[in-house]
Amino acid sequence: MRQEPMDLVVDDLVIELGGRRIVDQVSLEVEPGRRLALLGPNGSGKSTLLRGLYRLHRPASGAVRVGGDDLWRLGARAAAQRIAVVAQESAAEHDLTAFQVAMLGRVPHQRGFGADSPADLAAAEAALDRVGALDLADRPFAVLSGGEKQRVLLARAITQDCPVLVLDEPTNHLDVTFQLELMQIVADLGLTTVAALHDLNLAAEYCDAVAVLQDGRLVATGDPGTVLTGDLIAEVFAVRADRIPHPATGRPHFALSPLKTPTTERNP
Amino acid sequence: MTLTRKPRPTAGRASAAPLAALALLAAGIGVVIVSGATGTVDVTVAESFKIVAGHLLPNLPWMSDGSLTPLQDQAVWQFRLPRTLLAGVAGAGLALAGALMQALVRNPLAEPYLLGVSAGAGVGAVAVITLGAAAVGLTLSGAAFAGALGAAVAVYLLARQGGVVAPTRLILSGVALGSLLSAVTSYLTITTEAQNVFSILFFLLGSVAAATWTQLAVPAAALAIVLVFARLRSRSLNALQVGDETATALGVDVNRFRSQLLVACALLTGAVVAVSGGIGFVGLVVPHISRIAVGADHRRMLPVAVLGGAVFLMAADLAARTVAAPTEIPIGIVTAAVGAPFFLWLMRRGRASGAGMHR
Repeated sequence: MRQEPMDLVVDDLVIELGGRRIVDQVSLEVEPGRRLALLGPNGSGKSTLLRGLYRLHRPASGAVRVGGDDLWRLGARAAAQRIAVVAQESAAEHDLTAFQVAMLGRVPHQRGFGADSPADLAAAEAALDRVGALDLADRPFAVLSGGEKQRVLLARAITQDCPVLVLDEPTNHLDVTFQLELMQIVADLGLTTVAALHDLNLAAEYCDAVAVLQDGRLVATGDPGTVLTGDLIAEVFAVRADRIPHPATGRPHFALSPLKTPTTERNP
Repeated sequence: MTLTRKPRPTAGRASAAPLAALALLAAGIGVVIVSGATGTVDVTVAESFKIVAGHLLPNLPWMSDGSLTPLQDQAVWQFRLPRTLLAGVAGAGLALAGALMQALVRNPLAEPYLLGVSAGAGVGAVAVITLGAAAVGLTLSGAAFAGALGAAVAVYLLARQGGVVAPTRLILSGVALGSLLSAVTSYLTITTEAQNVFSILFFLLGSVAAATWTQLAVPAAALAIVLVFARLRSRSLNALQVGDETATALGVDVNRFRSQLLVACALLTGAVVAVSGGIGFVGLVVPHISRIAVGADHRRMLPVAVLGGAVFLMAADLAARTVAAPTEIPIGIVTAAVGAPFFLWLMRRGRASGAGMHR
């Protein structure tokens, strides 16, 4: 049932909202099964770019191609069979149980009056088990904690069984244990993945590539080790980043501190 | 605990829906038969059953052996049954439209009349009552239907901006236009002769008293069409109630789907209101009760809401005919007077908090 990973290509994408250009001529390519972290300060256009990947915003120009097909030529349903999403939408004022939320992942694959097939139910159950949320299955989604909700939403995306996975700040509001656990689950899925992240260290640790956005433009893309230099981080995020090898994994790690600027140094 | 040993998480809830549907179906048949036996012409429950069965099935002996009088047959088949069934169709239609409205604007306060449908129907009907059918050029039902659809179209166009119908704009447009139309109705009511006021109130509060078989056709057809549509799109409704963004990511074309739902709700509510007036409360509360009973999955909730709405309104009509006999109470008074306490009691029970009443 598991689908082969597909490549994801963002080609000269422009997205305008209310007359303002939020994403400005961004081009990216994610090879099948690779993970790309989208980095950038608040308001840099990360979420808007991601929304362009699941047909919430129609591009003003440019294109998004998944497995070689244009997202907007595919149609809503076919696109949802290729790209699964864990979005930031938090207005969860509904009465569905955690299991029913996970089952929503089957919506793009089902048709007609029919009841859920045993395979559909098994997929949702296995996904909940995979994210460690099977014991939450019968609880109302609305009463779950932030971390529990995120587990269930990830389970829904896994249940959707798509070759491409899009995550919008998936580790927000999560405790450190589950931040690492979630990133490991995502890595183990082996899907073509695009994730907007705030944590540079998670990006360097779990992603094959990073793309850095500033004011809607792509300022750098490539291997985390080469792209994320102290200078780039200082320029984009306005913080000082000292790069050190992670004592345990040897991957690049960033120790962050405020950028010393003349205005912050008051009279002695 | 291993996967194989754990029972399917939905198993408990899944079995509740068919059971609830069966119970409601049995209750519905029961209310139809009792309604047939209730009124000034004496008909026993057994005779009522015989008459209904005799018209539905061919060659039943009691239809031709003289045991039933023509008067009894006429009372049950020509008067009581159509009005009971109209109450059933109206209740089912309003409950279905209410459930769809609640999903499409994601608001628990949503109900079928949110689109200004009842206010529009009110203007149409009151115009016919006060100015006369000749001046308006339509029958009372025709004018009410035209008013209902006109209001719904206006609300839809007012709420639309850049091709998108946002739920909040829809709610506010509906409330604002509804107030405007109610003001027109009030003006027409206050300036007309006193003898018309009773007819106006009866329409505005809702009534199925004057039902005939032919009146049933349009709302019944609208109910059938919208029910099939809603059942086919139940999964999309589930996705939509989680959020527009989620629904989009799950392959639902949210804008188009919302427009289709609005058309379905407007037609169904308009068809019901045109023949039975503005019966309140059913469309708001029956969907909530159904959710408490069988959960929020529309594939299970909608059939239960449809059957529940039908049974509730048929029972309410029976009460409207009997509690103050020989005077009839408008059915809308019964639905609110009986339904509100029942709903509040249900809402405060522990079970409801498990079904989403915790927000």
